[in-house]
Amino acid sequence: MKTDTSAVNIDRDKGDFHYEVDYGYDAGIGLDERVVNYISDVKQDPDWVREFRLKALQIFESKPLPTHWASKDLEAIDFSKIRYYLAQGQRSKRSWDEVPEDVKRTFERLGIPEQERKFLAGVEAQFDSEAVYSNIKKAVGEQGVIFVGSTDGLKEHPEIFRRWFGKVIPIGDNKFSALNSAVFSGGSFIYVPPGVKVKHPLQAYFRINAENFGQFERTLIICDEGSELTYMEGCTAPKFNTATLHSAVVELVAMPGAKLQYITVQNWSANVFNLVTKRGLAHEESEIKWIDCNIGSRLTMKYPGVVLKGRKSRGEVLSIALANNGQHQDTGAKMLHAADETTSNIISKSISIGTGRATYRGLVHVPKHLKNCKNNTECDALLINATSRTDTYPAITVRGTGNSVQHEASVSQVSSDQIFYMQQRGLSEAQAMSLSVNGFVNDLVRQFPMEYSVELKRLIELEMEGSVG
Amino acid sequence: MPELEIRNLRVAIGENEIIRDLSLSVGLGEMHAIMGPNGSGKSTLAKIIAGHPDYKVTSGEVFMDGENLFELEPDERARKGLFLAFQYPSEVPGVTIANFLRAAVQARLPEGEELEATDYYAKLYEKMDLLEIDRSFTSRAVNEGFSGGEKKRCEILQMAMLDPRYAVLDETDSGLDIDALKVVANGVNSLRGPNLGVLLITHYQRLLNYIVPDFVHVMVQGRIVRSGGKELALELEEKGYDWIRDHAEEPVAA
Repeated sequence: MKTDTSAVNIDRDKGDFHYEVDYGYDAGIGLDERVVNYISDVKQDPDWVREFRLKALQIFESKPLPTHWASKDLEAIDFSKIRYYLAQGQRSKRSWDEVPEDVKRTFERLGIPEQERKFLAGVEAQFDSEAVYSNIKKAVGEQGVIFVGSTDGLKEHPEIFRRWFGKVIPIGDNKFSALNSAVFSGGSFIYVPPGVKVKHPLQAYFRINAENFGQFERTLIICDEGSELTYMEGCTAPKFNTATLHSAVVELVAMPGAKLQYITVQNWSANVFNLVTKRGLAHEESEIKWIDCNIGSRLTMKYPGVVLKGRKSRGEVLSIALANNGQHQDTGAKMLHAADETTSNIISKSISIGTGRATYRGLVHVPKHLKNCKNNTECDALLINATSRTDTYPAITVRGTGNSVQHEASVSQVSSDQIFYMQQRGLSEAQAMSLSVNGFVNDLVRQFPMEYSVELKRLIELEMEGSVG
Repeated sequence: MPELEIRNLRVAIGENEIIRDLSLSVGLGEMHAIMGPNGSGKSTLAKIIAGHPDYKVTSGEVFMDGENLFELEPDERARKGLFLAFQYPSEVPGVTIANFLRAAVQARLPEGEELEATDYYAKLYEKMDLLEIDRSFTSRAVNEGFSGGEKKRCEILQMAMLDPRYAVLDETDSGLDIDALKVVANGVNSLRGPNLGVLLITHYQRLLNYIVPDFVHVMVQGRIVRSGGKELALELEEKGYDWIRDHAEEPVAA
């Protein structure tokens, strides 16, 4: 197989670079009360936040790892060897010119300022523990939209922040939500006022720079009545030999009639444990849609969910997972129906390459007293090599008689005849493979915003380059 | 003279020899038909020329304009001008014909050169008009849920777009009713010319009523037992393959 490796390698490891940075704030290695208090001191947390953190630390320490159902690989995380807080400064900047040069060049290399100019309504850029840049276009800010880091959010807008913070995902939801609650830093706080429809997406970019580091951003988004928002996040990290931990918590609240779309395209390096809790609370006639694309990482465990609390609310999870050699994508969705006439839709596509493993876990719950609820679940897996693996664990509980569910699953393989057919038309083996994979996800990717579908296709092509021949 | 030249080819699967010392030359601008009963090795020959990984050559060579094809990957052979119209074309789910062909045309451009979308679509529509294919056809996924006729039409459209020097058409008539057969034959005839050499593989003579070959070869049990002009096909139609078996230079077991 002939590929232009010189061009490809630079691109494939787009995020795999690392600049030395002077950190003014460092909580040291390991986790205990002292570390949590250090974070609270540095961030000048209000007392209720400090108490929240310390309580969360206790819950984290008391909870076992979920290895009775999840991968034993979780045991490879040594919590005592991770650095929990690293920052250069405490205030994010409103202009790229004010961002320190050593940090700014990272984001420039990742193309963030350029994307901001082209198609975004606002950007927040997080470097290790803190947001270094956050800015919103003037016109959007004038509509009353708030887009700041979580630290600024809890201080400047406590009346909104406190009402919802930790309510959609309680501290003790799982071991990693407890960990995040203890040491959270960074992430976005967004509030969209009633009736405001934000035309262009807001974007956050999460960058891990340091080795042996844990990133614990915390995002809270509230779309008030009848408002609309699309939020996108991207994430990268350089490749280190040691484990890096990313454990975020994202809480979404859609008030009656609101529409909230949350898009993730992660491209982690292969040493990252990505253990993220994401959930939305949907009030009457509102809609929450998660679009989740998981590429890279050593182990990802992520099951975006929607609690359908209000009548006629609607939840959707569209996800694509690509598990390459040595990687495990354990992803899925949760739909908790809690009102009449609620609908949910889950479409999951996974691709396993080499020794990669993709697991789908779905939880759909419709209790007995509800009427006219609907769920549709489709999960399709594509296996590239004979060593590739996929597992599906759908758990659908529907009680009562007035509800309907539909579940479809398929596993397919790219056949050697299909590849030969495409090669006979002049495509290299890698091009053929990548076109097949793009075809497999095509109907789903078509539902994504243009900029992200292009980026995703490119990422898939780069992943496929190294997988054959 | 430019040609696709098969020299003393032998192919075996396990103990079983499928192609036994076969030699044949297809000159540029010529239309050759290979006819033969089921199991004579015709389709194996097509796959070997294109480089299917499941078939191993025991000995012999295939040259395309003097270049040894066995030293090239299947996609390199294709980019150098070899086209195989498959007997059973594969589905490529989710990839439209337009996008698939675009990738194939792009693959033929020099490194770093981007295909102009407008030029591409102009050519695509021109070829579709030539082959009387509806415009909506190319927004369907390649061969997905296609009828037999649609699959073959899709093969001919790809051939038209990729401008091969040599095309091997493997049982292009199989599974077609007479109307579809005419459409496909018209397509092939419209591509015929001094810059295309064709090796047409068929079981039945009826295709040759619509695509008239310059040469006809009869293949039995892995070798060409008789070659002649277009009249050989008619003779074969009349007398059957048994007649050829009986008149083969060397007796072959029935």
